[in-house]
Amino acid sequence: MGVRYKLKCQECGKDWGNRPISYCQDCLGPLGVAYDLAAIREVITRDEIAQRAANLWRYAELLPLPEDFRSELPVGGTPLLKANHFGQKLGLRHLFLKNDAVCFPTLSFKDRVVAVALSQARAFGFEVVSCSSTGNLANAVAAQAAYSGFQACIFIPADLEAAKVVNTQVFGARLVRISGNYDQVNRLCSQISDRFQWGFVNINLRPYYAEGSKTVGFEIAEQLGWELPDNVVVPMAGGSLITKIAKAFRELVELGFVKPRAVKFFGAQATGCSPISHAVKAGLDELTPQKPATIARSLAIGNPADGRYAMKTIRTSGGWSDDCSDAEIVEAMRLLAETEGVFTETAGGVTAGVTRKLVDQGRIGRDETTVVCITGNGLKTTEALAGQYELEEPIAPRLAAFEEFQAKRLGGIAVGA
Amino acid sequence: MNITVHIPTPLRRFADGGNQVQCSAANMAELLEQLEQRFPQMGTQLKDETGKVRPFVNFYVNDEDIRFLGGNEYQFREGDEVLIVPSIAGGR
Repeated sequence: MGVRYKLKCQECGKDWGNRPISYCQDCLGPLGVAYDLAAIREVITRDEIAQRAANLWRYAELLPLPEDFRSELPVGGTPLLKANHFGQKLGLRHLFLKNDAVCFPTLSFKDRVVAVALSQARAFGFEVVSCSSTGNLANAVAAQAAYSGFQACIFIPADLEAAKVVNTQVFGARLVRISGNYDQVNRLCSQISDRFQWGFVNINLRPYYAEGSKTVGFEIAEQLGWELPDNVVVPMAGGSLITKIAKAFRELVELGFVKPRAVKFFGAQATGCSPISHAVKAGLDELTPQKPATIARSLAIGNPADGRYAMKTIRTSGGWSDDCSDAEIVEAMRLLAETEGVFTETAGGVTAGVTRKLVDQGRIGRDETTVVCITGNGLKTTEALAGQYELEEPIAPRLAAFEEFQAKRLGGIAVGA
Repeated sequence: MNITVHIPTPLRRFADGGNQVQCSAANMAELLEQLEQRFPQMGTQLKDETGKVRPFVNFYVNDEDIRFLGGNEYQFREGDEVLIVPSIAGGR
């Protein structure tokens, strides 16, 4: 029967079949994956999806997976959390958090893209898988390479958060630290992938990899009862995720799984690395690359590969893009934790902080359904909270000592009857 | 200025298979003109119908994105190493 997808140039439209390349060999434009949705409609229904395990493989027909591919790894299937308290703070009645801070196995949405990329890495015969990464992708590649029996060689900027480094090394991956920022690491990896026969998930496997992001969109729609939200707020680094959530929604509409709805897409960046939000706010047609300077290192891509497409997604949907400062990022991380019990990394602080701005600007309405995408876990970026909390002096293990402590230091906490 | 231009794999078929070529150019405009003159097909890959470098083609000089060096205004120096990266990929 064969597969129902193939690579297609997003610029000139030429088909390239299925092979490990990321750009058109004619016009050099980036490749995407095109599906035969008419054929897919014949083989899959909502009811059938509902009977499958709650992970991203339940959408297998809408992913570029090799024929007969099966995986037991339960990636995805993360909670869509109704955020009543955070919503109240912002003045929104129907606010949801898509919480990929608890994605399996490495606590970020990158587990999704890697799951799809490695299925193709196997099919193309690669023995070594690789990536350039700001941390989350490194963790995801390392863990799933270990699970699937690949060797992994991973390239990162030398100044990454400690937890993201250990979370790569623990899986036995070889780690190459580069003295430079992510864009330099990425450029180097483009050169390496031109010379080495490795499966770089975000370079030569990138078209397949990026499709994994669609599962965030599929899950949001299904978890809302097969309905699309009014607004989606998405963090932007390379700019791919926001475009793939939009693609997921379009596919669901085309398959008749959801009713069409004019979803507005909002992109969030850190002010210290905001090439996309800057271009959107200034009304520019082209992006100007930036040198990143932000604590949101997982979003610190100054030359975003999908920046133009992210801008297009935002503009054609009637959405907007904004950015927030490092101080606002930390404040939003704390607010989300204190109101919803969700500890997100700096990127989530960016998304939450920008959501607040968008509400203040009147771009997101009080009664609209809004989904905020939380893509990573706060345990990986605890450095961002250094100095935020006071550590009390320990007290003796005696009731009298505690009573004294309570009287002096726990004024706000109810004693009870 | 004598500069070395490193050619990525998909463009080598238009550069007699070579992975680098020596050029003599003062700036980007001259470099593109020279590449096009020597390898006409490469020119149509690097530039669109209006003659502008395609948005997905990146030029680096001595490992730095040329846009941080002034872009089209940048004046090449003797011995500069120019790298063409077709479509920057990347994720995070």
